[in-house]
Amino acid sequence: MFLSLRVRASQGTQAIADLRKAVPTGFRGRPTIRRDPCAADCSACRDACPTQAIRLAPVALDLGRCVFCNACAEVCPETKIEFRPEPRMGGNEPVDLTVREGEEEMVRVRASAAFSRLFGRSLKMRQVSAGGCNACELELNAVTNVNFDVQRFGIEWVASPRHADALVLTGPLTRNMKEAVRLAWDAMPEPRFVVAVGACAISGGLYDGAAGVDRGFLESVGPSLYVPGCPPHPLTFVNAILDLLGIA
Amino acid sequence: MKASMTAHQVAVDAIPRLEPGPWREDLLKQLRADMRVVTLVGRRDLDRVAITAVLQASDRSLRVSRTEVAPERGYHEMTTEHAALHCFERELHEQTGVRIAGHPWLKPIRYEGQEQSAMRSHPFYKIEGKEVHEVAVGPIHAGVIEPGSFRFMCLGEQVHHLEIHLGYQHRGVERRLLERDPRSLTPLIETIAGDTSVAHAWAYCSALEGLAGCQLDGETELARAVALELERVAMHLSGLAGMAADVGFLQGATTYGRLRTTAINTMMRLCGSRFGRGALRPGGVRMRLPPETLRDIRANLELLQADLPIINDCFLMARTVQHRLRSTGTLTTAQARELGLVGLAARASGIELDARHLMEHGAYSVVPIQPAVLPDGDCWARARIRIAEIEASLSWISTVIALYPNWEHPPLSIGELAPNQLAISLVEGFRGEVVHCIETGAHGEVVHYKVQDPSLRNWMGLALAVRGNEISDFPICNKSFDLSYCGNDL
Repeated sequence: MFLSLRVRASQGTQAIADLRKAVPTGFRGRPTIRRDPCAADCSACRDACPTQAIRLAPVALDLGRCVFCNACAEVCPETKIEFRPEPRMGGNEPVDLTVREGEEEMVRVRASAAFSRLFGRSLKMRQVSAGGCNACELELNAVTNVNFDVQRFGIEWVASPRHADALVLTGPLTRNMKEAVRLAWDAMPEPRFVVAVGACAISGGLYDGAAGVDRGFLESVGPSLYVPGCPPHPLTFVNAILDLLGIA
Repeated sequence: MKASMTAHQVAVDAIPRLEPGPWREDLLKQLRADMRVVTLVGRRDLDRVAITAVLQASDRSLRVSRTEVAPERGYHEMTTEHAALHCFERELHEQTGVRIAGHPWLKPIRYEGQEQSAMRSHPFYKIEGKEVHEVAVGPIHAGVIEPGSFRFMCLGEQVHHLEIHLGYQHRGVERRLLERDPRSLTPLIETIAGDTSVAHAWAYCSALEGLAGCQLDGETELARAVALELERVAMHLSGLAGMAADVGFLQGATTYGRLRTTAINTMMRLCGSRFGRGALRPGGVRMRLPPETLRDIRANLELLQADLPIINDCFLMARTVQHRLRSTGTLTTAQARELGLVGLAARASGIELDARHLMEHGAYSVVPIQPAVLPDGDCWARARIRIAEIEASLSWISTVIALYPNWEHPPLSIGELAPNQLAISLVEGFRGEVVHCIETGAHGEVVHYKVQDPSLRNWMGLALAVRGNEISDFPICNKSFDLSYCGNDL
């Protein structure tokens, strides 16, 4: 009893009071690209990118492919690209995930009246990893820990797809998980939707076109929400979900 | 053989080449004489398969030998005499198609290049009897966790055997490693097992630096070791949180979880990622250490060192925790040795094996770190090993920061790789030794990249540990080993 109280005293209050405004110090999050002229024929950033996330003239970075490795920022002779501690990013469609030269604000997840009505007060999520490296899984687990505590919004993980409204996918989708992902989806009652979390799930990321990958499921069932990162910070996930549901 | 920090390197031409029969006899002789197997890897070379064995002697030295066989002819298995080889021979057969005559159980490790239906039709072991029943779980489990399938053969509540069925996470890592420039593989390497990003990155970097003849200074090695120790602390805390949750001790689960947040946020201050991604690059490190960051890191370490003993006391004294963990999932020293277990699972079963000691890491020779070893082999021992290792890592990091407050070492450029070399690197991740083998061809191109997560060897340890336990104790046994699915499946 006494030991337990000592733990309680050392613990204090850990919950982040305002998840909408929190900024994780030091985090390599949403990048910005300054509108400065590039040197003629310079393609250093594009060449350094391990996931072909960059297009040139004007420079544009696809966060659906980006693994936030900072390689583009390091090689840019004009230091145009800068990754900032901003965790808020995400989109309703893949096209929303592009960061363009000179854009300070990127497109945020748009609230949906239908999602808000159906899931705004209670959202049950079933997570399935299909080739995920466990980093996304650890960060998704973290959204329910004492710091992020997403249950305060009526959002939580459930054990069975039969209890779930959202199928949260991580990993590039492996051929060896193809059947299992389909079974999980088929077991979910309607209305239901898919969330793609991390560069792997959104675009295949580093494993786009790899030998063991089969993305057939996502071609037939399109995600309703894209959460970029490698892995996404828990705040990225929480903010994207809250935006979609139109909460606070 | 030259020992350069964490990597050993040998010229391919200098590797003793034996005919399959004598090679096999020689290997078994060395294994009987107290050497241990580090890895056994195979590579298709035109119509032959080159098989390379790496053994380690008790004096830390590595011994490499090679044979070349026609795949349809193959060689006679060694698993029956030396069970620790089972996973390597299974993998060898799966990846190269080499015949391994008489092998008792050539079950695929990861079902590479097959349809999922092949996984479903696999013949599992059966136990006959009127009251015997089977419980199959997975591949999708009831949590935010990776997929794998477990089939328990039970008599009543008691598990007689567990067959572990993996491969669902197989995405083709090793093949992809050959498709890219070998100098810029770190982002990919960091996703082999996301919770072991730093250990895998370090193994890759040191193997590559050896091949490129790139010499690092001691401070760079220390900086890498700081990142590795932070990763070890964070994942051991995650493991303890999981174990506490699995026995319903929620105060432990939340408190260890909250302390893990402090550990990974410290990592984020250093390198921008809570998982240490981007911290290590071939030729150096990418860490930022302005004075305010260093101050915050010190404060975080002090917080961890102050608050950990409080929850440790509470966790270790709780009757419910002791009751559930003591004598649960026991793996004897003999079993652990027979299976060739590595890492925390081996040390919790009384085997002193820690790559931080076995290889002369520059960093750990400057400031030594003592491995924790316990003889009991149960879940209780695997929990206490974690606690001891966290304490050791935190005090190690504090000492290093005090002695060497500056470890910003931007990467040197990596030149051409030396031709016809084999580099083997070992790094002690939180689960155990991570092994990377890179072989170059005649023009310095990478012809083989073999990745080995400790999970490959330790999964069988879990299967044996649950025998004789109740099926309801499986989650706690599983968490106590804390093995990687993606690291195994590649």
